[in-house]
Amino acid sequence: MSIRLEHLNYIYSSGTSYEKHALKDINLTILHGEFVGIIGHTGSGKSTLIQHLNGLIRAGSGKLYYNDKNIYEDGYNMKELRNQVGLVFQYPEHQLFEVDVITDVCFGPKNQGLSPEECRERALEALKLVGLKEKYYEVSPFELSGGQKRRAAIAGVLAMRPKVLVLDEPTAGLDPKGRDDILEQIAYLHKQTDMTVILVSHSMEDIARFADRIIVMNHGEVMYNDEPKKVFAHYRELEKVGLAAPQVTYMMHDLRERGFAVDTEATTVEEAADEIMRVLETKR
Amino acid sequence: MNMIQAEKLIFEYEKRDEEGNVVGTSRAIDEVDIDVKEGQFIAVLGHNGSGKSTLAKHINAILVPTEGTVRVDGRDTKKPEELWNVRQSAGMVFQNPDNQIIGTVVEEDVGFGPENLGVPTDEIWQRVEESLKAVGMISYRHHSPNKLSGGQKQRVAIAGVVAMEPKCIVLDEPTAMLDPAGRKEVLRTVQKLREKKNVTVILITHYMEEVIDADKIYVMDHGRVVMEGTPREIFSRVDELKGYRLDVPQVTLLADELRKRGVDIPAGILRKEELVRHLCQLG
Repeated sequence: MSIRLEHLNYIYSSGTSYEKHALKDINLTILHGEFVGIIGHTGSGKSTLIQHLNGLIRAGSGKLYYNDKNIYEDGYNMKELRNQVGLVFQYPEHQLFEVDVITDVCFGPKNQGLSPEECRERALEALKLVGLKEKYYEVSPFELSGGQKRRAAIAGVLAMRPKVLVLDEPTAGLDPKGRDDILEQIAYLHKQTDMTVILVSHSMEDIARFADRIIVMNHGEVMYNDEPKKVFAHYRELEKVGLAAPQVTYMMHDLRERGFAVDTEATTVEEAADEIMRVLETKR
Repeated sequence: MNMIQAEKLIFEYEKRDEEGNVVGTSRAIDEVDIDVKEGQFIAVLGHNGSGKSTLAKHINAILVPTEGTVRVDGRDTKKPEELWNVRQSAGMVFQNPDNQIIGTVVEEDVGFGPENLGVPTDEIWQRVEESLKAVGMISYRHHSPNKLSGGQKQRVAIAGVVAMEPKCIVLDEPTAMLDPAGRKEVLRTVQKLREKKNVTVILITHYMEEVIDADKIYVMDHGRVVMEGTPREIFSRVDELKGYRLDVPQVTLLADELRKRGVDIPAGILRKEELVRHLCQLG
């Protein structure tokens, strides 16, 4: 089970003066059950890339295999692909529209052709997964807070029981607690259900905390594709392309420059604390 | 001189049923007192729905108080005859750059504000040039805004506000949609404006790292100001902040974690340089 991209190219407004080569010769493999982070500056091709994953955008050239089947082949069942690869767009709460939360979450499974009972069952399951309290199920989605709306919208995608969950900046505009809650819930889902998670984010700290692997996009190309420690070791190169390393990584580099013999690999607060403690203890 | 002064500010939204009848009120701001001196950098933190944006909208009279008063540069925002003066004193920058840019060319967009104020044409162009220089976007003056990056668009939006020559700029989550470089660009621009033009800045944000240089931080919760102080005072109260759904900068969090593990360093460390210095002294 995997997603595999081979020599994928995409050009916006091809043949016009607005032509933009948004994806250039992309080669990637995402395995079943991975938690992959995608980072890149505004306009680097992140969102274009993920819209290929469930066939919303069709590549100009190249191949995209989902479970070893090329989705661009004639007769490929796109509808089934979209059932399996769930996409949560930026600001997904803008897409809420139903009279109450549970009806809104039922919309996906309803379109999958499930019976009203099954839809409701799926919706209840999804709402529980995102941690939205039962008292909100019958409430208009527009009466919820920003964080709650976001959860309801994510539940709408989860109710379709995707095998792969793709999220485009799911925490933008949320307060720190809302940010942590949603990401921790996604990490929990990933552990519990063995779902593949692909997370696009501008927060290097969040990506460092949750992703097993990071794909760095730059001007439509894959710049790095490696585990967080190795990617963030290139912090100077990342800065040149509008990105950065997590703040603690900078701290570790500063410490080392000042002769405090820490390893500079840490990308999370816990790792940094562990490493600093290790050095302090050897000095005692 | 007080640039902004709110006294016992209360704001209530009317809740209406489907026919439009008022069925009740909900209090978004509850007896807030705020005073901001000219040239200060003030940050407002608070979770989603805490009342930050509602407060911000009082500063340029998009909303006016239900009770209490707000004065901007000495002017009462409740007085209709002061409306334009208030709006000229306090400019606003919002979260989404795409919702704020209207011109098809950068310089036209920046000129829109002063044009509406009735500024003579020659002076408009002068202001456009000066504001675009102030935000470092002068070389893009003939470009189309939709080709710019998020950070660049946000700087154009700031230039549009600067061209109206306000004494005070309110930025409501200006970096929420930007990549790390875009965030840095916007903050650096704001910093420069303060230095060069002595503009009073009110920054609303969910990124704790952005406010460590503020003169004062207000923390809001349920429409009230629940904490008030310097960044060092505020961020040394880690657990209290978390109770308000907020956080501290990652460096502060690391320092706090080390303290919990018995390392002898003070509370309220904000910058990585400080933490590095303290740790090196231990070693």
